[in-house]
Amino acid sequence: MHVVAQIIFIVLLSAAGAGIYLSISRIRKNILLGRDEDRSDNKMARIKNMLLMALGQKKMFKKPLPAILHFFVYAGFLIVNIEMLEIVIDGIFGTHRIFAPYLGSFYPVVINIFEFLALTVIIACVVFLIRRNIAHVKRFSGTEMTKWPLLDANLILGMEILLMIAFLKMNAMDQVLQAMGSEHYLPTGTFYISSMLTGFYASFYEEFLVFAERACWWFHIIGVMFFANYVFFNSKHLHIFMAFINTYYAKLTPAGKFTNMPEVTKEVKLMLNLPVEETATDAAPGRFGAKDVKDLTWKNLLDAYSCTECGRCTQQCPANITGKKLSPRKIMMDTRDRLEEVGKNIKQHGADYDDGKSLLGTYISEEELLACTTCNACVEACPVTIDPVSIIMQLRRFKLMEESQAPASWNSMLSNIENNMAPWKFSPADRFNWADKLKG
Amino acid sequence: MEYKVPTVAELKAQGKDPEIIFWVGCAGSFDDRVKAVTVAFVKILNHLQVNFAVLGTEEACTGDPAKRAGNEFLFQMQAMANIEVLNGYGIKKIVTACPHCFNTLKNEYPELGGNYEVIHHSQLLQQFINEGKIKMTEGGEFKGKKITYHDSCYLGRANNVYEAPRKVLETLDADLVEMKRCKTTGLCCGAGGAQMFKEPEKGNKDINIERTEEALATGAKIIAAACPFCMTMLSDAVKNKEQEHEVKVYDLAELIAQSKGL
Repeated sequence: MHVVAQIIFIVLLSAAGAGIYLSISRIRKNILLGRDEDRSDNKMARIKNMLLMALGQKKMFKKPLPAILHFFVYAGFLIVNIEMLEIVIDGIFGTHRIFAPYLGSFYPVVINIFEFLALTVIIACVVFLIRRNIAHVKRFSGTEMTKWPLLDANLILGMEILLMIAFLKMNAMDQVLQAMGSEHYLPTGTFYISSMLTGFYASFYEEFLVFAERACWWFHIIGVMFFANYVFFNSKHLHIFMAFINTYYAKLTPAGKFTNMPEVTKEVKLMLNLPVEETATDAAPGRFGAKDVKDLTWKNLLDAYSCTECGRCTQQCPANITGKKLSPRKIMMDTRDRLEEVGKNIKQHGADYDDGKSLLGTYISEEELLACTTCNACVEACPVTIDPVSIIMQLRRFKLMEESQAPASWNSMLSNIENNMAPWKFSPADRFNWADKLKG
Repeated sequence: MEYKVPTVAELKAQGKDPEIIFWVGCAGSFDDRVKAVTVAFVKILNHLQVNFAVLGTEEACTGDPAKRAGNEFLFQMQAMANIEVLNGYGIKKIVTACPHCFNTLKNEYPELGGNYEVIHHSQLLQQFINEGKIKMTEGGEFKGKKITYHDSCYLGRANNVYEAPRKVLETLDADLVEMKRCKTTGLCCGAGGAQMFKEPEKGNKDINIERTEEALATGAKIIAAACPFCMTMLSDAVKNKEQEHEVKVYDLAELIAQSKGL
């Protein structure tokens, strides 16, 4: 019997591992569809960013209440999962609470910490569910927050609550069985939080309790395996993993510095009869700016997978606040959804397949792009250093440079710059007239 | 007092070099309201006997609005032409009253061959304060008056300049009040990203109205700006709210010049 359980466990564990592996390689492949961009510099600054933003959640603390609750879920989930180590060893070798004899009186201390954290995870997740579904906190709604994103968020919170409850129930029944002197259930000391539930289980038969305790154990471990696969398969919750990578690769230059397209530099130098360095890559650019996800950089695509749809960006966006269509969160979600679609297309039909769709047009409209003031409020707001402005700018470049499409007033501004060296229609000869009065 | 506005060309002809050049910008050169800011800043530079010069008619748009609209080609054309002029004169240090020029010159020109020390006029004014060249005006015309400062995106979030403008305002001995959204969470005036040069997209409100309502809610009678575009957007919205007689929008340089009787 034990051997059968061990085999089932090992099979499930391997399947879960394989599932996660497949998801990660799919995501990795998709991200690498993006254009190259060098972010290998300044490793120390990058590690510091990762420690501050991802591990320390620095930016989350701009909103103290959600930050504290989120920290509990984060710390709780991370630490409770250390318990997984014991569960996995028990599962493979058919043991029960293998660490208990080794840790001695320290074992209940550890489990009590886990139980306290499990309780805080439950409380925080319940508050989060209330904020989303009853209090209707505004940033969790919006045009892009359709059925699936809303359900995704609730499912994750629900799963986290169930996993923690199973963990506490398992511990409660274990203690009742210990008190009964049941075989395999050796005394471990008191687990204070789950012991509050022991009164309820005290009247059950030993056989039932053993069955139920095992059921909770299996539910917990299978639940965790399912949860991990769910997160990596297709969920906004991927941020628990991506936050670390994304903050490591965060932009280190000032937010106001936009990239200078090097492919344009060469053209401009030739036009102005300036010397052109021969070291510059001579490969002709595919297109100016970005029309689809493959034209964006891998960092833009990494950003898209790191977004957990919290809406802090959209909440701060001046265009969105004043009722315009633009929502930075939608830009990120569209990029991710389109990238998933492109990835699937490549897998099914080969690399050159054209489904007639594109990020710009099918997903993101010109109206959204034009509404951006490039104020960087969204970038500043993002706890995991996502940069929606970078994507918006590349799509704008495509609109303007490849399709020559711009509002009429922009066209006159541009031709003024070209002809009069100023965005307004003034003669360049009059540029210094402001000083006439002063010079008197 | 007679004010001097030497051009770099004039100084060079006399065999002299300016310590710093004042990059006036298009708004500062052509927009009637913003020209007053340019004049105020030049008066301060004169007053403090700074060895400065301007490019005069040799200056051209930095290309910022073209770049933000998506026309990288036109941006780089402008940038290269400006860099030719600046490098030709061997310019080392630039000050500008426009955060958009500031950002572009400081961050986007170096890769194209234009390497200068670029500072915003709020930073230069702060430096004068630190050096004791500009002193606190005690009991002046702004004493105890409520002033609220509007953060320009391209100065604040884009380049992390939050303190310099506030330090400058402190010398007015005024009552500095912050809007609810300020510093890193400051709300844009609505003009950035080349929005200045087109009508806003369809929505339920204009961004400058939203921002100005917030400024008016502080009870301040002076809204301090540090950017020509913010200046235009906020002034328009104050007019829209029919508050233009009670509430004034001033640039930092104007406030300092005024407090010094320049």
